[in-house]
Amino acid sequence: MHGFTHWLLTAAMIATGSAAAAQPSGQTIANEGLGSDAAPCTSCHGADGGGNPAAGFPRLAGIGAPYLADQLDAFASGARDNAVMKPIAQALSDDQRRAVAEYYSGLPVPEQDSTDTDDIPAAGVELAEHGRWSDGLPACVQCHGPAGVGVGERFPPLAGQSATYIENQLRAWRNGKRPGGPMGLMAGVAAKLEEADLAPVARYFAAQSPTTDEADDHE
Amino acid sequence: MSSRIPLLTVAVSFFLLAGVLVWIATQERGRPSPEPRATAQASDAPGTSDERPAGSAPDEPASTTSAGPTADDGSQPFTPPPRDALPDDEFGAMVRKGEQVFTNTQEHAGQFVGNDLQCANCHLDAGRLADSAPLWAAWGEYPAFRGKNKHVNDFAERIQGCFRYSMNGTPPPRGHDVLLALQAYSYWLASGAPVGESLPGRGYPELDEPEQSPSYARGQDVFESHCALCHGDDGQGQRAADGEIAFPPLWGLRSYNWGAGMHRVNTAAAFIKANMPLGATTLSDQQAWDVARFINSHERPQDPRFTGSVEETAERFHGQYSTYGQTVDGRRLGANAPPAGTAPASPSP
Repeated sequence: MHGFTHWLLTAAMIATGSAAAAQPSGQTIANEGLGSDAAPCTSCHGADGGGNPAAGFPRLAGIGAPYLADQLDAFASGARDNAVMKPIAQALSDDQRRAVAEYYSGLPVPEQDSTDTDDIPAAGVELAEHGRWSDGLPACVQCHGPAGVGVGERFPPLAGQSATYIENQLRAWRNGKRPGGPMGLMAGVAAKLEEADLAPVARYFAAQSPTTDEADDHE
Repeated sequence: MSSRIPLLTVAVSFFLLAGVLVWIATQERGRPSPEPRATAQASDAPGTSDERPAGSAPDEPASTTSAGPTADDGSQPFTPPPRDALPDDEFGAMVRKGEQVFTNTQEHAGQFVGNDLQCANCHLDAGRLADSAPLWAAWGEYPAFRGKNKHVNDFAERIQGCFRYSMNGTPPPRGHDVLLALQAYSYWLASGAPVGESLPGRGYPELDEPEQSPSYARGQDVFESHCALCHGDDGQGQRAADGEIAFPPLWGLRSYNWGAGMHRVNTAAAFIKANMPLGATTLSDQQAWDVARFINSHERPQDPRFTGSVEETAERFHGQYSTYGQTVDGRRLGANAPPAGTAPASPSP
């Protein structure tokens, strides 16, 4: 009996000890990075994961974990072309990428000062809310939700996201510098966009409130 | 003597009546045909709202709508007026309400809806898109005889049918604002379109019969690879972060019922082939048939015409393209259907 208890305790200690050594938490990676291999995420994406809109660093807080993990994988492989993110993503193990994705996915969306919606170009409103079906282009909000609040884990929120970032991503899809996403949907969309479409539609989503009052109301 | 006065009265009445008829005929002839005017200015629509030409020659408007051929090669679908052409008056307000009902049916006509669908789910681009059952093509096709209810339906009754079956609800009664608004919206979208003609782009383009009989198993593969991303692994759709329905459920309690046109495999296949996946229509005809078969092999709300027996209901109301009453995975489709129309009941047409 005594022997069994001792064995059980030892086993438990080994298990927890090894888990802790092998696996820094997503939160640790986000705040501290991985030594000299990976800078902390927070240095660019903000302490609260809210990003840095002016610099074009996206918000990560509250974004679906599968989507974020896919992006880290794509940075690491080079399919998503980004010189800053590539070495960081490569420094993370498969599990670490998932852990940090889970961490950011669980963070609350930071409150944002209400942005000025008056100066959104009409072309941006039209494209975001109605699309351009003469070119087979659905409205952005059909997949990204009303005002771009996001749908599920695979259609990330665009509301309140950095305009610079959105515009850069649309351009990256147009130039083949970013994987087309599930079913290649975004590559297809971007191919139907003109350069002149990018800034107005990015401006539209940047001006929308990222937080929703009704988020918990639905059944 | 006593018989002469009535005779005189009859004769005078006859001449009076004849005069009135001749007068009406001249007036009709003198009135300009509404079509050429309507094509020029969409904002004229409210002024011409009661001038639907009952007996106008169909070839005349077609030849004036656009430069190239329209009806023959079908390459130039009708173009509805742009959104910003809507007049800022009472008629415009009613049209706008119609568009809101159409695109957010839950919020603007919730009392008549018994599922999680919007009109615009099956009529893309808010009823404007060719090959997606556009409203501008439907408007001029009514009144028409419908095999479904075996009598001549006007446009209002046709919309009531959508609420009863596709929306699994209770139709708005005649004269209700919701019905009026949807008619106003359809009428406005059809500004300048010929009436009484089958326009290119109407309905969903019919598919040829598939090479292989539609298969549930192949359809399931198509569903998992091309549909589940949006409509969910369980086909129940997804809500946006604000709680609004983003992607509609394709079967189950909150989808269209067993009486809706979309439950027929040929109709669903035609819609899917022309319109799905949204903005990335890449499925082959066979894939469209297969996935339509798969989607419509799941239980959904009962046919509102249910007689109490699945067999009898299938026999009376369901044709060769219906899966209703068939046995899939040991379960008979329709036998476990939840009751139709969860919206509050009212007399239906």
